Formats: sequence, C-alpha cells, structure tokens
Amino acid sequence: MYAAIAAARAGAQRVLLADKSLIGRGGATIMAQMTVAAALGEAGEDDWRLHLADTLAAGRGLCEEGLSALLCHQAPHRIREMEEWRVGWTRREDGRIAQVAAPGHSRPRCCYVDFLNTGPAVAAALRRRVARIGAVRCAGNLLITDLVVADGEAAGAVGLDIASGTPVTIAAKAIVIATGGLSRLFRRNSASANSGGDGYALALRAGAELVDMEFVQFFPIGHLAPRLVGLDPILWDPFRYKLGGRLLNGAGEAFLAAYGSDESAGYTTPRDLLTRAIASEVAAGRGSPHGGVYLSFAHLPRERIAAAFGPIVARLAQNGIDLARDPVEVAPIAHYHMGGIRVDERLESRVPGLYAAGEATGGASGANRLSGNAIPEALVFGERAGHFAALRAAGRAQAWRRRDAAEALAQIRALSAGQKGDVAAIALLEEMRALMWRHVGPFRDAAGLAAALARLREMRGMLPALAVTPGAHMNPTLADWFELRAGLLAAEAVAAAALARRESRGAHQRTDFPHADPALAGSHIVACEAAGTLTVKAAP
Amino acid sequence: MTRPLLARLRVRRGTADDPAPRYDEFVVPFEEGATVLDALLWIRAHRDPSLAIRYSCLNANVCKECLIAIDGRTAYACTARLSAGAAMTLEPLPGKAQLRDLVTDTLPPRERLG
Repeated sequence: MYAAIAAARAGAQRVLLADKSLIGRGGATIMAQMTVAAALGEAGEDDWRLHLADTLAAGRGLCEEGLSALLCHQAPHRIREMEEWRVGWTRREDGRIAQVAAPGHSRPRCCYVDFLNTGPAVAAALRRRVARIGAVRCAGNLLITDLVVADGEAAGAVGLDIASGTPVTIAAKAIVIATGGLSRLFRRNSASANSGGDGYALALRAGAELVDMEFVQFFPIGHLAPRLVGLDPILWDPFRYKLGGRLLNGAGEAFLAAYGSDESAGYTTPRDLLTRAIASEVAAGRGSPHGGVYLSFAHLPRERIAAAFGPIVARLAQNGIDLARDPVEVAPIAHYHMGGIRVDERLESRVPGLYAAGEATGGASGANRLSGNAIPEALVFGERAGHFAALRAAGRAQAWRRRDAAEALAQIRALSAGQKGDVAAIALLEEMRALMWRHVGPFRDAAGLAAALARLREMRGMLPALAVTPGAHMNPTLADWFELRAGLLAAEAVAAAALARRESRGAHQRTDFPHADPALAGSHIVACEAAGTLTVKAAP
Repeated sequence: MTRPLLARLRVRRGTADDPAPRYDEFVVPFEEGATVLDALLWIRAHRDPSLAIRYSCLNANVCKECLIAIDGRTAYACTARLSAGAAMTLEPLPGKAQLRDLVTDTLPPRERLG
C-alpha cells in the first residue's frame, strides 16, 4: 500500500494495487501487535545510527548495510508521518510517544498502539490514504500468477480474478512486489493465510535473485496451549515488554541462564537465542505437556496485568486463560523471513523495472531480525520502491507484448477447465508445511535438508497431475494450485540455501555444524531459477 | 477407550448460478476449543477441497474476512466455537451476492475490476 501511495506521490498517473484477497486486510502488517522500532528520541536520547548498530549486531554479520541504514534512517520520518495519518501512537503521561525497550535494542525505541492494535491502526491509515488517491486503482481478489518479462525487463503481469475466474493481463512499466514473507510454509506459524511465499516465486521465475533464504525467524514464544482464538499467537511478546514474565520449563524451573541469557534486567533475550533455548529444553525432555515451555505472570498482582492490557484480559478470559492464576504454554513458531528478493538501494532487483518492498526483500536483517524492524521495513522500503518505480515509468513506453503472456494465460484457462488427478493441491500444501517444519525448522541437518529437498522437487513434479475442480467463480482448488506452485519453489529455495550454509548463524541452526564459521560472515547464499531448475551459490 | 468426539456441520453449497440451493453434511473431529474455521479447513484438507470459504488471518480475528451465517446468526468463523452437539448450519452472509458456497461478494466497490 505504501509503495502505491509513494508512486502516486512521485507523479505516477496510473498505479494498480493488486491483492489476492482484500486490500490491506490480509498479510503481516495488520497482524503486528505492538512494537515499531524508530529512533524518535522520545524516551531519551537516540539516533538512527545507534538503531543501525543494533540492527547490524542482531544480523550476525550478514546485513546488507546499505539497506539496513536506509531502514533505520528513514524509520522516524515514516513513523511521524503515520501520526499525521492518524495512527494514535500510545503516549506517556507527559505527552511524549511511549517507547519501550525490546530485546536487542540498546535503548527504549519501540512505539506502539494500545492495546495490541499497532498493525490494525497502521493498515487502516494506509487504506484511508490509498482511498484518497485517484491515481491508485485497487483490485482485490486478483491473484497474480506470473510476471511478464520482455527483453529481460519487467513488462507486466498475468493474473486470475478469483471471484469470476477470468484471466487478467496487466501491462506495466514498473512492478513492485510487496507480497510479504513465507511463514505459512511451516506447519507452526503466526502467518496470515497469504504469507505463502508467492512473491519470492514470482521474482525467481521472472529472473530475479533471492538472497539469505535460509534465514527464517522463528518467534520463540508463540502461543501453544490452551487453545486461543481471536488473538494472534505472538501476543506474548507485548506482555513480556510490559510485564516481564517468567519462562519456566516443564518442571517449573527457570532455564535461560543455562543458555547464557540473564533476564534480571527484564526481557532482553534475542529471538534466535530464545528459540534455541526453548527447543533444546523440549528436546531434552524438559518441555511442557504440549511440547513447549511455560510462560508465567502468576507472580504479578492481578491489577497490574489488567492495567497493562485492559480489554485483552477479557478476551483471554473468553479462552479460559487467567494470567494471574495460570501459566500458558509457548513454543517457537515461524514468524518472519529475513531472506527475500535481492535488491539494490533503490529496491530494484536484477530484472530492470522489477522492485520489491517490505518482507519480500532480503538483506536488511541479515541472519536475525531485530524486534520492531518489520513495520519500518514495510513503510520505508515501500516508500523507496514506489518512488523509484514511478521514476522509471515516467516517459517510458510500454514494453508489453501479448505473446510474452500467452503461456501464462493458456495455463490459467486450462486449469480453470479442471484437471483430473487423485491428489488435491491442498493435501500437498499440508504435507509441505509438515515437511518444512520437520526438516527445515528451528534445527536442521544435512540429511533432513536433503530429504526435504528431494520431496519438494518430487512434489513440484506432481503439479501437472493434481486434481483441480472445474469452475470459474471463486474456485478454491484453482487458488490452491497456484499457492502450491509458488510455495514449493520458495520452500525449495529455503531448503537449498540451508543445506548450502554449513554453519550455524542467527536463525539458521545446523545440528551438524553447531558453530558459526567466521569465514562465512558477510558471505550470502543467492538463489536463482532457470528453465524450472533452482540453483544456489555463495556470493560476497 | 472413549470414542473420539465428533461435530456435524450442514454447509450451504453452490454458486449464484445454481437453480436450487443444496446443503452438504460433514462430520468432523471435535477438539475442545476448536472453531468453525478449523472445521472448515479440516473439511477442505480431508473431505472436499472444493469447499469455498474466505479467510486470511486464521484465528487472530483481525482481517474480518470470514464473516458467515452460523445457525442464522452473523458470526466470524474464526472465533465461533464448534459444538459437539446438534449439527450447526453454515450459510453465506444474507443480503450479499453468493459467489460460491460460503463466500459472498464482500469486495469494496473501489476494489472491483471491470
């Protein structure tokens, strides 16, 4: 959404904002519960360079420094602008924007909208803004299946209007991919249904490179039990920001100190380390009944919990959860993707005219993302990508040729007519998520990764023989087929990169190479695709 | 050994073009705390992949896309709890054009192609 706004602001006359669901309702932004990192300096002195230093440290030697610097430098501008667009950042009693300390930040830097309303507030502001701009045409229900490249440059896209089943062609002088990440490829995830890696697959198939695909952030304390609905499974992070809380293993013992983390000064354990600690406790047979650990706030007075989270306490009660009485069970879940489309500082991929923004890009977070950097990344990179896409488009002739889109159109038509088969795409989607969780999850080894790769490739080969029910209008089997095609390619990129990185670093943990290899700091794994074959290579 | 608990769902099927509405009945495993959306996704994965339901955020209830009629009352499938008792009847939102099964045309006018 921000890329569309920025493109119009930079003078683009005709901007199409397409989403396979409803615009600004799905995706990760709206799911964000609390923290947004920006060196606003409202809670004491701060500077974007300090934010950058923290981001680089969290990235374990792998950040593309130019992209990280862009993120940290521009974040305060975008966050102030959100306020002008009526995002009501929570304020302290003295009227300043409240900023809390989050793990990995050297000072209080993370602002938020109470209660757990950061994402919905930002998404609503962007939707309102988009609605006011005449140059932005919106198209919901539009599933982009293929990008069209003419003479090596981005020229447009082919898509499917899911509601009617009609194939759609779009001529474009510049394209911005802002499709989010791939956490939905893992069985346990905090994702929205449409975070299935679509944009990575589109970019690969258009000739772009992906970078750092092995780095999937596993959110350490995803909700596990008892069953919780109406709240996002990552909600315990905000609770830890405000209230601390105690992490205890299945025997009720504190365990973080054994992994080198001291939480005497509050919630300070970085995400990669905490994921490792929890997974190790569970693997050693010291987990909670559902296979996680306990998070307890029972040592706190009831009034303090109520004051910090107001109406959320009632929603927890509807789920039978009383924090002042009982602990909850938490465990790592796939949450965010550090890797993504390889772009330069104008957010352009190696395919001229093809840009990316937000989580779809790779590089800014290196091997591990700092808490609170995702929303700034979406806004800052959206602004840059939209701006440069508009500059590229200005005065340029359309390169679109219908013949370049013919194959993609024919495929949509053929699939819409139905395809006979014994296996449905949704069955393979489920299998892929289980496979990725088992072999490409928080802990990996060569044998598991090789097994995952072999099966993913086999599944990719099954695509032409999967059952698709005939029918045009809102045909879910057709949408499943395209989701699976994209997901399998993105998943293969993750598994192949993970196999190629023979060390443990940040979010990528190999049990067969348990230590970081200093020689591999600054060395990236890059994936590309040609004629249906995915390859990975090391690149500086 | 106790028998596994089951829930029954009657789901309105078809598209706007169908001459007569029909209901399909599904029996799904019941777990304490499970939601109607859980059951619908289970049906898609294990019984009928062609069942159409719109959703994005799964169970967080932020996208607000899964609004349907449950036993005649408008509700979010992602937060409505499944019951192990009598069959629940699921229908598309009344007053909106049905696209397929439980999906109605909820796209804001500004987001339509045409």
